[in-house]
Amino acid sequence: MKKILIVDDEPNIVMSLEYAFKKQGYSVFIARDGSEALVIMEREIPDLVILDVMMPQVDGYETIGMIKNNPAFAKAKVIFLSAKSKAADIEKGLKLGADEYFTKPFSVKKLITAVDHLIRA
Amino acid sequence: MASYVIILVIVGYLSLLFAIGIWADRRSKSKWVHNPWVYALSLAVYCSAWTYYGSVGIAATSGVSFLTTYLGPIIALPLWILVFKRIVVISKQYQVASIADFISLRYGNKRSIGALVTIICVIAVFPYIALQLKAVSETFDILSGSSKSVSVFTDSTFYIAVLLAVFVALFGTQTTDASRRRSGLIFTVAVESVLKLVFFLIIGVYVTFYLFDGTTDIYNQISALDGFEKLATFSNIEASINWYFMIALSFFAIFLLPRQFQVSVVENTSVSHLKKASWVFPLYLLLFNVFVIFIAWAGKLLLSGELNPDYYTLYLPLAHGHKFLGLIVFLGGLSSVISMVVVSALALSTMISNNLIIPYGFIKALNDSNPKRNAQRIKNVRRASIFILIIGAYFFYVNFNIELSLFSIGLIAFVIIAQLAPAFFIGLFWNRGSAIAAKTGIIVGSLVTFYTLVLPFITEVFVEGSSLITNGPGGIALLKPYELFGVDFMPPVTHAFFWSMVFNVMSYLVFSVLQKGDYRERNYAELVVNASSYGELQENAFVWRGEAYVSEIRKALIRFLGEKRTTRALNLFYRKYDIDPQEEKADARLVNFSEKLLTGSIGAASAKLMISSVVKEQPVSLPEVLKILEENKETITINKQLQQQSHDLKRLSDRLKNANQALVEKDRQKDEFLDTVAHELKTPTASIRAASEILFDDDDMPVELKKKFLDNIVNDSDRLAALITNILDLEKLSNGREVMDKKQHSLKDTLHKAVDGVYQLALKKQVKIDVNEIESINLYYDEDRILQVFTNLLSNSIKFVSSKDGVIKVKTQLTDTTVLMIFEDNGKGIPQEDMQFIFDKFYQSNNQNVKKPMGSGMGLAISRHIIENHHGSIRVDPDFINGARFIVEFKN
Repeated sequence: MKKILIVDDEPNIVMSLEYAFKKQGYSVFIARDGSEALVIMEREIPDLVILDVMMPQVDGYETIGMIKNNPAFAKAKVIFLSAKSKAADIEKGLKLGADEYFTKPFSVKKLITAVDHLIRA
Repeated sequence: MASYVIILVIVGYLSLLFAIGIWADRRSKSKWVHNPWVYALSLAVYCSAWTYYGSVGIAATSGVSFLTTYLGPIIALPLWILVFKRIVVISKQYQVASIADFISLRYGNKRSIGALVTIICVIAVFPYIALQLKAVSETFDILSGSSKSVSVFTDSTFYIAVLLAVFVALFGTQTTDASRRRSGLIFTVAVESVLKLVFFLIIGVYVTFYLFDGTTDIYNQISALDGFEKLATFSNIEASINWYFMIALSFFAIFLLPRQFQVSVVENTSVSHLKKASWVFPLYLLLFNVFVIFIAWAGKLLLSGELNPDYYTLYLPLAHGHKFLGLIVFLGGLSSVISMVVVSALALSTMISNNLIIPYGFIKALNDSNPKRNAQRIKNVRRASIFILIIGAYFFYVNFNIELSLFSIGLIAFVIIAQLAPAFFIGLFWNRGSAIAAKTGIIVGSLVTFYTLVLPFITEVFVEGSSLITNGPGGIALLKPYELFGVDFMPPVTHAFFWSMVFNVMSYLVFSVLQKGDYRERNYAELVVNASSYGELQENAFVWRGEAYVSEIRKALIRFLGEKRTTRALNLFYRKYDIDPQEEKADARLVNFSEKLLTGSIGAASAKLMISSVVKEQPVSLPEVLKILEENKETITINKQLQQQSHDLKRLSDRLKNANQALVEKDRQKDEFLDTVAHELKTPTASIRAASEILFDDDDMPVELKKKFLDNIVNDSDRLAALITNILDLEKLSNGREVMDKKQHSLKDTLHKAVDGVYQLALKKQVKIDVNEIESINLYYDEDRILQVFTNLLSNSIKFVSSKDGVIKVKTQLTDTTVLMIFEDNGKGIPQEDMQFIFDKFYQSNNQNVKKPMGSGMGLAISRHIIENHHGSIRVDPDFINGARFIVEFKN
């Protein structure tokens, strides 16, 4: 079973995503910010990380940096899911190594399609 | 009094003057010598023996008309200051050394006009100097009680004249540059002005209060005499006209007499001194005239009618046996003579050398010689002139022994000098006045003066009742010298003044209009007439075209100034105009500059001759001169305007830059705000959209979960709505558009309402809220708004304290001027680094890991605006370590 890590500080969004991805047959882990995410990733290396940008303490940009710098997480895909929707923000996110960038509000169906495309093959 | 005693006193007095002169010369920069008082007092050289003795004489014979000579200057002084400022500035700039220099400068440095002015001045002043010596001689005789000496060598006056000549030669010709100041000489003149006034006042007081019982006593006694009316009033309209003309005459004299021009213009050290002179000098003249009429009356009452009324001042104390007082009067008279003779001789000698001898005949000799010899020659010319003038005047007096009163010779001199007035005054203000017109005016005016005043005057002395006067030449009544063209109601002096001025001015105007001057004349005319606008142009205002070599000009300068001064002057010139010193060709500025440099030494006309002998000048047409001058003037005006404009522009652009910076900052803040608002709005929207999508697609979701999702949607919708309200609220508050509905309320009541509002929240988290230390205070505020602040603070606290043992305490503290509401909790407190930001909008602490129920991040920002709208303040207590402490301060 492919593992997905959802990193977001908005509990309501997390709840929706958790429900939707579990239903698709993924194993889902939750973190409320970057530092929690890394703690979890030490235990369970996810196949894909859904990452918010604006979070308390360690934000999304820092988190992806740490993920990409660690060879252990080399195969983990990253999708940004953020309210920051300016072209510059998107470009920055992709440059940092993200595979996809979704802006909030987002379509759950499209997000699932993207995730499927990235890791279900 | 024995002659030798008087001679001893005179010698002693002259030695004292020499000593003072030497002392002042050495201290020319000290504040004692260089100050406006010295300048103002030196102007009193105007008061010669004519004033000292003559005005009493005229008061005794003709009554109050003596006053005109002094009223003229007094009335004229305010005007005098205005015109003089200009003359002084121009003279300084062009190194003018005499009135002849000034007039010839105005008319294009023509040597002929300088010479003519010099001749007129000599003719006018020479007998005037003779008269001064006559006064010394006569008063000496009166004082010593002896009759006139038969031999020149036993006549003390001769020796006095020689000493005066030595004095002038010594102090007046130290440098060849005649435009340089002579501080020693001027200081002695000022000292003498004080002495003669003091001495005259002493005798005035003596006569009025010692010989009589004050002014009323004299008046009462004199009014009892026959013919008194004539002496104290103006009998008719003719006399009034006479007054008017006499005042005009003396007004001209104060400008044009060579000695006046010398002290007021050439010797002026600072234009600012004119200001003091403008009131000191008239006051001086007034003081001098206070006792004149009383001394005259006293003389009439107490002395024999055979005595010369000119010397009443001296006779009065002597007749009463007060010989010492007589000596004082004599010394006062001597002082006025000395200063007049000294300054006149100095001024005339400069004019004779610079405007007559050097430009006519001497210039070539000077041109071929070395600087040392030239300086010596120029000095020698001046010294010779001084001796010839003074000693000549002495012999003139001895040989002709003019039987004329001091007053009439003085007035004749005035009328002759007044012939310079049209050329001088009109030339100052009218740029069309030409050299030929000036010369014609002066010559015609002088001829008329000669015919109507000098000729009959002399004739009368030799032939009593001459038919020339009574019948006119060849019996033509219209040409009678004293009643020209039938004008018979004026006394001779006024009559001559009137007709000479009519002819002079007419000639000047007619010739100026008929014949334009050449370009050079016009150039200088523009410089003088528009002195104020060309002041800053200086060398640039001079239009000249031709070929000249710096080395030639340099050689010419060295001949007069010497190697050192020339080099220094040229270096200054090069620096001023930023010219390469290696430049071989001279330009107009250097030509003009060199002329100015030489003017002081050899006069304006000679300087022009000198320089034109070494340069090849090409004539420039008059329209060209005017065009260039106009352009120069415009350039300066445009420059000034441009400067002003660029200054204004710079100020504007600075302001724009500042405004722009403020705008950029505002824009950045706005962008940031919008960004944050967008982010804050998108988050709950995203949450609602995700939950709705799941609910829509997922029909077989358990009811429990379904409810949970729906609940989230409701919460997020509430959060969105609250957010929007807050954003609008904050914008309204920060723009000041929100009007506070201020009424009197009890803080305690408002707080209780706030606590009731958060009661459910607190109960849920089991947080205790303590409001026991609240005092009842009434204040003016908008209750809804303050309630909002309190609610915000309380709910924040509830959020950050731990459940169950969380305690929130609210208390009041009162001072004289403030009411403090303190909100304390025992939560986790506010990190030090966040404290200065928590009142900014959308600031959410990085350390905040608990989600706010409202989540707006705007509560404290709104609170701050509300409190500030109540003129209070809200802050965090940084020293409180057990949790968070917020302090809301109201003005009591």
